[in-house]
Amino acid sequence: MAVITYLEAIRSAMQEEMQQDDNVFVLGEDVGKGGVLNTTKGLRDMFGEDRVLDTPLAESAIVGVAIGSAMYGMKPIAEIQFADFIFPATNQIISEAAKIRYRSNNDWSCPIVIRAPYGATGASALYHSQCPESVFFGTPGLKIVAPSNPYDAKGLLKAAIRDADPVLYFEHKKCYLALSADVPEQDYIVPIGKADVKRQGTDITVIAYGIAVHYALIAAEELAKEGISAHVLDLRTLQPLDKEAILEATAKTGKVLIVHEDNKTGGVGAEVSAIIAEELLFELDAPIARLCGPDVPAVGNNPPMEKFFLLSPDKLKEAMRKLAMF
Amino acid sequence: MSGTNGRLIEVTVPHLAESLVSATIGKWLKQPGDYVEQYDVICELFTEKVNTEMPSPIEGKLVKIIVGEGETAAVGEAICLLELPAEAGREASVGSGGHQEAAVQSGAALAVSGDQSMRGRYSPAVHRLAMDNRVDLSRVNGTGLGGRITRKDVEQFIASGGASASASAGFVSSSAAAAPSSAPAAPSAAAMSAQQANQPASPAQAAPAVSAQEAAAMKQAAHTPVRSSGLHLSANPPTPLIEVEGQPSDARNEYFIDVTPIRNAIATRMRQSVTEIPHAWTMIEVDVTNLVVLRNKVKDEFMRREGINLTYLAFMMKAVVNAIKDYPIINSVWAVDKIIVKRDINISLSVGTEDSVLTPVIKKADQKNIAGLAREIDELTKKTRAGKLSLNDMVGGTFTVNNTGSFGSILSYPIINYPQAAIVTFESIVKKPVVIHDMIAVRSMVNLCLSLDHRILDGVICGRFLQRVKENLEGYNSETQIY
Repeated sequence: MAVITYLEAIRSAMQEEMQQDDNVFVLGEDVGKGGVLNTTKGLRDMFGEDRVLDTPLAESAIVGVAIGSAMYGMKPIAEIQFADFIFPATNQIISEAAKIRYRSNNDWSCPIVIRAPYGATGASALYHSQCPESVFFGTPGLKIVAPSNPYDAKGLLKAAIRDADPVLYFEHKKCYLALSADVPEQDYIVPIGKADVKRQGTDITVIAYGIAVHYALIAAEELAKEGISAHVLDLRTLQPLDKEAILEATAKTGKVLIVHEDNKTGGVGAEVSAIIAEELLFELDAPIARLCGPDVPAVGNNPPMEKFFLLSPDKLKEAMRKLAMF
Repeated sequence: MSGTNGRLIEVTVPHLAESLVSATIGKWLKQPGDYVEQYDVICELFTEKVNTEMPSPIEGKLVKIIVGEGETAAVGEAICLLELPAEAGREASVGSGGHQEAAVQSGAALAVSGDQSMRGRYSPAVHRLAMDNRVDLSRVNGTGLGGRITRKDVEQFIASGGASASASAGFVSSSAAAAPSSAPAAPSAAAMSAQQANQPASPAQAAPAVSAQEAAAMKQAAHTPVRSSGLHLSANPPTPLIEVEGQPSDARNEYFIDVTPIRNAIATRMRQSVTEIPHAWTMIEVDVTNLVVLRNKVKDEFMRREGINLTYLAFMMKAVVNAIKDYPIINSVWAVDKIIVKRDINISLSVGTEDSVLTPVIKKADQKNIAGLAREIDELTKKTRAGKLSLNDMVGGTFTVNNTGSFGSILSYPIINYPQAAIVTFESIVKKPVVIHDMIAVRSMVNLCLSLDHRILDGVICGRFLQRVKENLEGYNSETQIY
């Protein structure tokens, strides 16, 4: 075991998979020198320019090339430098990658991974802060993961690379250096489609993913001192959602708070809420609550706007306390 | 604190770059006790990305260094304390102090309030728990917002043994409270059984012990209006897309079939035809002995060559078409101030199925020989019975031939296929004793029945037309070419 950051966990997952399988390669803008966020740092020195491919500034081409090479048996990891710029590639992802298996009646599949660093870190404003997961969320044929800690980050990326279908891997930029943990050096995966209980509790259930899980855990520790016991479920996989885990965690307390940084309207939380409402009415002890980003395009650049927009342990604490008191 | 009555402000590590979470303090350039202006550099900051000088965000006196040189602090964490100048400090302290007080007060108000407005509002979970464990909720203490009883409250109540106590005594009141929800069902069931008792008991009614729901359903079915007389028959009934059969009625000796769109169309057209067209009717008897001989001679060969049955209908059709050529007025439509005579002879053929009758059209029948008509008849009847007729197969008919003989009829009074001018039926061919030259012979005889639009056609013209059909049919002999 070694204590590594979320960023290093992602890098080590790519490195190990590239060592194990010659078909795995990385492509994206500036990945050769490590990318602007240093996720691929050192990989070109280890695997050469042929397997760590610098691309032009054209996201549709990055994903298009990835899909094409996957058709030839390769296993590309496409990096979108910032998730905000994934939209030029959306047509490739939704119209092609997601549908290849279906439209070929299982003859073809599309084993690509698209890594998209997302979320606001503060002071980065509109085009380096967005959470675009809900755009892809309703597309059958895509898998979407969003790990919240270094262990899950490494295990889920390995699972994504080995998956025979397209996986969108949303890594929260604020987790990169802020979170570090003991991560096993031996090979392991975190299965796609399985949520994880990050904290046991009896009063309220918080369902979250990404950095929000981290905030929920901090808030839960503080609320424990006030006698409020919070159960924290990390979705880890957004598509497909782990329905059983969602229902189980809800039934545990009957009071649910769903938290994500993405906009509230039409976000993943809306679907989670609908699942609970459809299946578990008689376990509910309070209205299903959501704490999400407001419905504005993205975080503003000035500190008051950031504070207004972004989630924080304090905001979660307040929402959790309110739910506990209901 | 100092005697200047100033307020202490924390100076924090700023967010210097994307993905930056912490910074290390280099050298402190100001020391405790130094007075700093806004934007004066107070220390150096080292990060993974940039090294920078830290400007003071405000003016004030540095009172304490929290993070020493070489130590690392997270973004947002305090590195030192500055004391505001007295005036600014007082202002700030009044403002924020007032705020805090209010917050504390509101928190306290929530905790100790006697607000019980939510006391009687139960969540689904609380309801279910109370039902399952027979808990009298009026005995449970509510700790939620507005005195609401939470799921936890009920669980604690059960755990403390409250449930068993209430099971004996308390549940009575609980069930009384729950009664309103089941109440609407009870009276209706009672009413039904009373109603049944009053009615003369039919065996079907007396036999089953009906549940309340079934009784209610039956009651509703009995109230479904059934049209049997009156003006409403001229209105179009609702036409559901599916047939629904067998709703039980009160008497149970009848059942309903909803009117399907096709049945509605038939009904509408028939009513239109008999109300708009003054029908007259005439019949003629035809000796088709020679036709029978002819058909028996060629039908097996025809079956082998064409793969279809050569029916009498094809010969009948040919005879009718040729007669129409001689009397084109038969092939016409009443247009109030005009009579429209159609040049194309398109024969509608009545084809019956189990639950309807359709009239596909043989287009330009005058341009087809007997074999061609036989093929067309075969194709259209097959399509009709398979339900595969297209709209195009159904339109453009100018005269209708109805093969009523196929089900053994010898006499019909057909209703004209609106807006055509006439319709003829071809009845069963029956062997009969017939007088020929004062001798009795056994001949194959058939009746042709004609209904006519008396606005367009009269007896003489129709008589001549039928005579021509008769001549044509009787004119068939073993030499007749069917191709």
